[in-house]
Amino acid sequence: MLGIKGKDLSVFILVAVLALLAPFLLNPFPVDSAMAQFNAGYPDLMQRFVIFGIFAIGFNILFGLTGYLSFGHAAFLGVGSYAAIWMMKLVSLNIVPGIIMAIVFAGLFSVLVGYISLRRSGIYFSILTLAFAQMSYALAYSVLTPITGGETGLQIKPGDTPLLSNVAEGEIGRANFFGLEMSDSSVITLGGWEFTMNVGYYVCAVVMIAAFYLAIRIFRSPFGMMLRAVKSNQQRMNYTGLNSKPYTLAAFVISGMYAGLAGGLMVAMDTQVGPERMFWTASGEVVLMTILGGAGTLIGPVLGAGFIKYMENIVSKINSTVLHEWFAFLPDGMEDFLVTIFYPFVGKGWHLTLGLMFMAVVIFLPGGLVQGGQKIAAMFRGKKAAEKDGKTANQQTPAE
Amino acid sequence: MSRQNLTRRGVLKTGAAAGAGLALPTYLSAAGHEGFTNAPSGDTVTLGFNVPLTNAYAEEGADELRALELAVEHLNGGGDGGMLQTFSSKALDGTGILGKKVEYVTGDTQTKSDAARASARSMIEKDGAVMITGGSSSGVAVAVQALCQEAGIIFMAGLTHSNDTTGKDRKANGFRHFFNSYMSGAALAPILVDQYGADRKAYHLTADYNWGYTTEEAMASSTEALGWETVNSVKTPLTQTDFSAYIAPVLNSGADVLVLNHYGGNMVNSLTNAVQFGLREAEANGKKFEVVVPLYSELMARGAGQNIAGILGSQNWDWKLENQLGARYSGTNAFVQSFGEKYGFPPSQAAHTCYVQTLLYADAVTRAGSFAPCAVVEALEGFEFDGLGNGPTLYRADDHQCFKDVVVVRGKENPENEFDLVEIVEVTPTEQVTYAPDHPQFAGGALGTCNNGA
Repeated sequence: MLGIKGKDLSVFILVAVLALLAPFLLNPFPVDSAMAQFNAGYPDLMQRFVIFGIFAIGFNILFGLTGYLSFGHAAFLGVGSYAAIWMMKLVSLNIVPGIIMAIVFAGLFSVLVGYISLRRSGIYFSILTLAFAQMSYALAYSVLTPITGGETGLQIKPGDTPLLSNVAEGEIGRANFFGLEMSDSSVITLGGWEFTMNVGYYVCAVVMIAAFYLAIRIFRSPFGMMLRAVKSNQQRMNYTGLNSKPYTLAAFVISGMYAGLAGGLMVAMDTQVGPERMFWTASGEVVLMTILGGAGTLIGPVLGAGFIKYMENIVSKINSTVLHEWFAFLPDGMEDFLVTIFYPFVGKGWHLTLGLMFMAVVIFLPGGLVQGGQKIAAMFRGKKAAEKDGKTANQQTPAE
Repeated sequence: MSRQNLTRRGVLKTGAAAGAGLALPTYLSAAGHEGFTNAPSGDTVTLGFNVPLTNAYAEEGADELRALELAVEHLNGGGDGGMLQTFSSKALDGTGILGKKVEYVTGDTQTKSDAARASARSMIEKDGAVMITGGSSSGVAVAVQALCQEAGIIFMAGLTHSNDTTGKDRKANGFRHFFNSYMSGAALAPILVDQYGADRKAYHLTADYNWGYTTEEAMASSTEALGWETVNSVKTPLTQTDFSAYIAPVLNSGADVLVLNHYGGNMVNSLTNAVQFGLREAEANGKKFEVVVPLYSELMARGAGQNIAGILGSQNWDWKLENQLGARYSGTNAFVQSFGEKYGFPPSQAAHTCYVQTLLYADAVTRAGSFAPCAVVEALEGFEFDGLGNGPTLYRADDHQCFKDVVVVRGKENPENEFDLVEIVEVTPTEQVTYAPDHPQFAGGALGTCNNGA
């Protein structure tokens, strides 16, 4: 079906089903239960899951296939975001033109950055891309303040009247998809459970499924094969008379456009842009997502993105009051003791937990969460099947 | 590796699947209408405390959170009631808000507008917060304020000093108690002239971002109006840690005052460099060289240590206010006492503004008799109050900015402890720092109409 088959098809169907059923799957606990703290099925976080999923899928096309580690991908995300918000401010509140322009501008910018950076490989390439990203950040933060709004960023304001959309005087325009507002949702209540079906989320999810499909096709195409050859030994490739530069540049631009798409979607879901989106830590985050999930695998980056965003948004919100509520059933001394132990790892300590998890994954599962999944699957299927699985699943080999 | 067989049947199937995917959201778009977003239904009401827990302003954030937790305790009738005893409005009686017990959720802004909005959205969408407060930078305040306007939630800004928050980026659902760049300039200028003379030449070093620009503009225009001359102004990158290269040319520029439009770590570093270069002992144009820091904070003063001795700056509030200047600033001691009892040290101005904002919100809801944002906005607009530590204060209806006295402070020569680093020089009265709503430094914004949300 759709030009993909076998394992790829099942992975694709799995991703599509997960994405479409996310509002249900991510809200497994009743609203009033103590575990509701761990529910992630609210629109903002679901949108972030899939948007960063797209970002990481794109990044993986470059890093996972060619092995070129870009440390400046957030710059393309930012450029895409700024392009999209200007389209919404000036042309139309419909998200489609904004997202298209986001992809176009991020693509153009990545041609420039890629053309220069790809003259070097390895650590020098990483440093060059990092330098470009930091330059973009500095430009957006201060030098280009008239265009980017500087530190305070850009938003849609009451005075903005896009050419193609009718906005009433004094009203603030809202992003829509042919009339459907991104913020519209309907809540389904089933017993103690509540599920929020949000328009914006489904737009993102459909785009993500499409982006994922495209990534599979790229992975399995002769072009993808060429990129993998670059990764395994670029020098040997050059000696055979093949010029690998057009391939790496194409991969770079494609992943830049993915980042632009993610940036455009971010603006479509939440109509504001700030320069921190391009800060080097944002570039680092996508690297973490990809490695955590499993670089070079299809589904890995999506899992990694979800994992990091979950930590950032859910664990950071657990404060000492919540901890006290959890352990309230224990005697006072025990309760305080447990709260003291857990407290450094939640709330403001979420970075610490994330760091520990990351270390654990890198040490015990160098192939990322995907490898973890494979190990568990292998356990169920028995040892023999596992060996066979290990041989055929060569596309799941991690980078480096 | 790829199959390119585009059959008619295949295309139709794909098209149908895609169409179904796109059509799916259409019949899901019916939004519930309860009058306003997150109308509290049970016997509790949830407030969102969105503060920086990590990154540069984590210390301010932690202090804000302490004050906010204290405010919740007081609203629910716990503790000694703090400023509820001195607040001029007596609507609050320690039984929560409108009889509903106050609960809160916390989140980490990371001092990034994206993260702050993500955290605020989760509070609105997941936890059902009706009001969001906190924050420690103007970028974050502007971003979250716009979000609250869109979602139909009240935003009570925490520490944000840029003119833009209630200037070009003002919003009907957003309110700021903290003072701003213009007020700093207007409050400092007369005292600077008084202390250093009217014939001074100033050299500005300005952090290269939005807050820096508005502060520099405010300082330059206020001092120039009183006879000072601005010799030069240089932008410094926000990430700069060594300011030697920027300080070195100052002495030969013909200037005799250095204005550091820096905040946080920037200010600590640039001031330290300035002192190392001997600017404090230098003479220029036959006068003693002076350094000015428009926005002071206790936490910054702690970072800069001995170097702040004798340097003038402005603050929104200081915990010694009532002790030194009398009952006009009542509320200060009540707050400092309950904060001190709970945490063991005096609160910062960031803590104070967040505490006051929460009380003001609770009071406005009680007076309005409703949590509906538009009712709260109406109750807060033009509200005059006293007893919250800053003396008589007005929440101006035109831009949702509080107008109150501004404290001018100077770094102590011999501080006794780490919480008593600044001394109050003078308090500039409200009239001197009041400006027209359409003042050029605040132009270009519009409140719009209040939004009740869904």
